[in-house]
Amino acid sequence: MGDWEQGKEIPSIRQLAVTLRVSVITVKRAYMELERDGIIVTQQGKGSMVAPDPNLGARLYDQELAKHIDRVAQLGELLGLTPKEVASRVREATDRLTKDRLTKEYS
Amino acid sequence: MNDLSVHFEGVSKIYPHFTLDDLSLELPTGTIMGLIGANGAGKSTTIRILMGLVHQDRGLVHVLGREMPREQSAAKLDIGFVSEDMRLYGSATLAWHMEFVRSIYPQWDQAYSEMLLRRFDLKPQQKIKGLSHGQRVKAALLLALARRPRLLVLDEPTTGLDPVARQEVLGELMAVLADEDRTILFSSHNTLDVEQISDQITFIDRGRIIASDNKEMFLERWRRLRLVLSPEADLPSLPGVVEVGGSERLPVLVTNRFDPAMVSACNDAGATVQAVDPMTLEEIFVANVHSRREKQTV
Repeated sequence: MGDWEQGKEIPSIRQLAVTLRVSVITVKRAYMELERDGIIVTQQGKGSMVAPDPNLGARLYDQELAKHIDRVAQLGELLGLTPKEVASRVREATDRLTKDRLTKEYS
Repeated sequence: MNDLSVHFEGVSKIYPHFTLDDLSLELPTGTIMGLIGANGAGKSTTIRILMGLVHQDRGLVHVLGREMPREQSAAKLDIGFVSEDMRLYGSATLAWHMEFVRSIYPQWDQAYSEMLLRRFDLKPQQKIKGLSHGQRVKAALLLALARRPRLLVLDEPTTGLDPVARQEVLGELMAVLADEDRTILFSSHNTLDVEQISDQITFIDRGRIIASDNKEMFLERWRRLRLVLSPEADLPSLPGVVEVGGSERLPVLVTNRFDPAMVSACNDAGATVQAVDPMTLEEIFVANVHSRREKQTV
């Protein structure tokens, strides 16, 4: 994902702040969040690099999915749908996606 | 080793119509602080005291480890100061000014000054009186930057600059910070500039510091909450609420102590949270000033 490959060294906090013209503290904050999520690793005195983790992409997508599912549940409740109705709406969407793919492949 | 470049402790200054009241301020080395305040809030007085141009009536001021105003001449070797009311000689050229400043400050960096001429698009042979406002500001900034001061103090450096010049100036300020031993304090009423490059932010109003914190804290803790109250529910009491607006059924709250747990607490109390909006620094500043002023008049 993104432009930086696994294991690649990334600029120091100060360097990136100067390049982007945003404050050091903002970049520091972003690095901390990336580190917490396991996307980058920082070694004392050596700087930071992109974490060499092959499962990272899948994990990020999984987090993203969980977030959207929560949102679906909230919206369903707002509209007064039963859990069953919400589930069937999700099912409809996945069916539609499959159908779209099939029509594309055979057309 | 002193890692505070600027340290104010209980500083007061009394004028007939204005009082700077019990100001305490800490600026760690290697950071940028933006000083935000309305006109007449006390930004310039604070900066003048810092520079030893005005002497405080009470309190201690240390700048780069030197006691001000007593040791101001030693401190000033390492401070670059630019303010709007600083005049350059109209009939002399920029090159003359550069030579003049170089003759006084041994740390003058000639190569850097020439690079700044190009970056700021300034011509050294031009006389100051022929420069536009923006060019004058950039010329004054060049003269301060090329001395490579450990502390830069800038009073309204971006006021009156066009968008291109503003970005040039902000970019150059950030470049200074690439060296972590250098520190910048600048005042502005343009909260966008401050929001972009500052690490620390201090709000001043009516001669008092009303808030001073790192920027991420401000942006993280201030939120506007839009609620929908169910008919039988009362407005839940939440921490840090500084402003209540909207209508009775659809209140809009501003809090300076937001915590994600607040949302479920509201929902449990019969107040559905429709939206949690982050606020810009400008909105935070204005809400802050209003709530303080209301408290003062009560």
